[in-house]
Amino acid sequence: MAFLEIDGLRKRFGQVEILKGIDVELEKGGFLVLVGPSGCGKSTLLNTIAGLETITSGEIRVDGRTINDLHPSKRDIAMVFQSYALYPNMTVAGNISFGMEMRGVPAAERQKAIDKVAKVLQIGHLLQRKPGQLSGGQRQRVAMGRALVRDPKLFLFDEPLSNLDAKLRVDMRIEIKRLHATTGTTIVYVTHDQIEAMTLATKIAVMRDGEVQQFGTPAEIYNNPTNLFVADFMGSPAMNLIPATIGTSGNALSVVLQREAREPISLPMANAPAGLSAFQGKPIIFGVRPEALTDPEGAERNASNIATADCHIEVVEPAGSDTFAVTNLGGKGVVARLRADANIQPGTNTPLAFNLTKAVFFDPATENRIR
Amino acid sequence: MSAVTTPARQASGGVNVKIINRIVIYGLLALFALFYLMPLFVMLVTSFKTMDEIQNGNMLAPPRVPTFDPWVKAWGETCVGLTCAGIKGYFWNSIKMVVPAVLISTMLGALNGYVLTKWRFRGATLVFGLMLFACFIPFQSVLLPMATILGSLGRFGVTLQNSVGTSFGLGNPTVNLVFVHVVYGIGFTTLFFRNYYEAFPTELVKAAQVDGASFFQIFRRIMLPNSMPIFVVTVIYQFTNIWNDFLFASAYAGTGDAMPMTVALNNVVNTSTGVVEYNVNMAAAMIAALPTLLIYVLAGRYFVRGLMAGAVKG
Repeated sequence: MAFLEIDGLRKRFGQVEILKGIDVELEKGGFLVLVGPSGCGKSTLLNTIAGLETITSGEIRVDGRTINDLHPSKRDIAMVFQSYALYPNMTVAGNISFGMEMRGVPAAERQKAIDKVAKVLQIGHLLQRKPGQLSGGQRQRVAMGRALVRDPKLFLFDEPLSNLDAKLRVDMRIEIKRLHATTGTTIVYVTHDQIEAMTLATKIAVMRDGEVQQFGTPAEIYNNPTNLFVADFMGSPAMNLIPATIGTSGNALSVVLQREAREPISLPMANAPAGLSAFQGKPIIFGVRPEALTDPEGAERNASNIATADCHIEVVEPAGSDTFAVTNLGGKGVVARLRADANIQPGTNTPLAFNLTKAVFFDPATENRIR
Repeated sequence: MSAVTTPARQASGGVNVKIINRIVIYGLLALFALFYLMPLFVMLVTSFKTMDEIQNGNMLAPPRVPTFDPWVKAWGETCVGLTCAGIKGYFWNSIKMVVPAVLISTMLGALNGYVLTKWRFRGATLVFGLMLFACFIPFQSVLLPMATILGSLGRFGVTLQNSVGTSFGLGNPTVNLVFVHVVYGIGFTTLFFRNYYEAFPTELVKAAQVDGASFFQIFRRIMLPNSMPIFVVTVIYQFTNIWNDFLFASAYAGTGDAMPMTVALNNVVNTSTGVVEYNVNMAAAMIAALPTLLIYVLAGRYFVRGLMAGAVKG
């Protein structure tokens, strides 16, 4: 039995259904990230777990206990809010211990807990300050301290890093990951940033329009997206999703990509997914991540199925660690990721290696994966 | 040469126009300020003059022999109606009526604003709309219905007095006035606090809920300590309005010992026996105006901006 279980959760605001039957579960000590574009219902889902929103139907269980109708303070959870939500009239110490004060914990015990948390988060020197006198990163730490001090069964994070600048965000991301590793707590984390999702999660739920599109480990989500939305949403730069048709070459299937003013490319596939044979002569969406489309020297050596084709390079973007090249296939700009020192010029034709073992295919009508 | 001098001349012309504009603007402002300050000035100088000087001298001239006697007389000796014990009793009447009325209406407004923004219930907008309506009701139209209600409350008070031994203040004119001002103040105080709490970060309330704070604990520990600016605004507004009210005061406590300051002042000025003591009248009027001035001076210091800084975002 999982530690956090959400079964058939529905939430309705008047006529509008915000959450349309959510099923997810998380093992003890896991890190679940709810990710999706704004308005997908991820924050609402988090609020229902916290008890700040009521649910229309379904069940939420933590450690085998149904918490559907419990008051937020009785759910044994702690929450870190997007805006930190520090009480501006109280000192840092007051903020951290407010929950304990409300529960009637004696002052001496409160002080001990404050000191312990302050040590973990290195905020001991800030305890007597007001939130207004803290920097963004310090406020973030205090907000986490307020959650940590409760020692709850479940931590909830609502886009905690979205108000920080880019560099601090990376630092705090690592800090959260370290915190999770050292304390072994169970965390549910909401973000719209897919990099945060990939780096932090043990499990990701990709959401859209109140539905979970895919639920799995970061590797599953990244390598085996179930539909076009997940493929497009996860990964940066995004997966190339190229309109293509399925042809045959010899007795194998091949992917046929249109090019501008030249004959189409045909990429033979050694082990095409079984479902693909039904699409012979029909249009499909061919998905290949930029790192699976590279210069032949940089291609993965032990990949079993690599096809090389000459492509016309339109734009070259040296990004320091890599060089990105944009070509046009199937009427769309397609990004290839090359080695940093790849000798490549815009306006020329260069062979690119397609790693077809990493390629995925989608039905353009249903947007689902063809397996 | 001419090509060089022309722009310079234009520039200096521009500066001249600017200066003239400034003179016109500040001249007008000074004129308006003078216009508004003139009555206050006349009141002040007159209140420090003797009757002789008033009758024979210039109204605008400063007192030749400044005297505090008119102030002393206004406070302790002048006649209000038939009793000649000054206005001090009525001053305290007003204080006893205004302080509870301001505090109660402000607290209720804060509570209303808190509920209307952070505990939204079905129909909250409608309720707020109806409360806003209270701000637009002309007070004259409620004089008679309110008199009827106060009359019934008074009779109920008598019944209580006879059966339980105490009327709980029902029927007492001061209590009546407090009641009336609270009822008619709620519309405004609710409006002030609702608009302030509308922008108050809801995440703070949610965080407090997760921390286990109850409805009133959140109100007392989170909302109120962060409401200083609007609290001060509301108190100033309510204090000024209630202190200066004449209509309700004269209608529901126009005679007798509970008469508030405004009504008493009116009676001082309208006393028709003997010479009209302008200096005493002016001093009494100044005394009547002092508390509102004092509230502005004291409370204005607490108009602290940026109290919310640090609650959310940087």
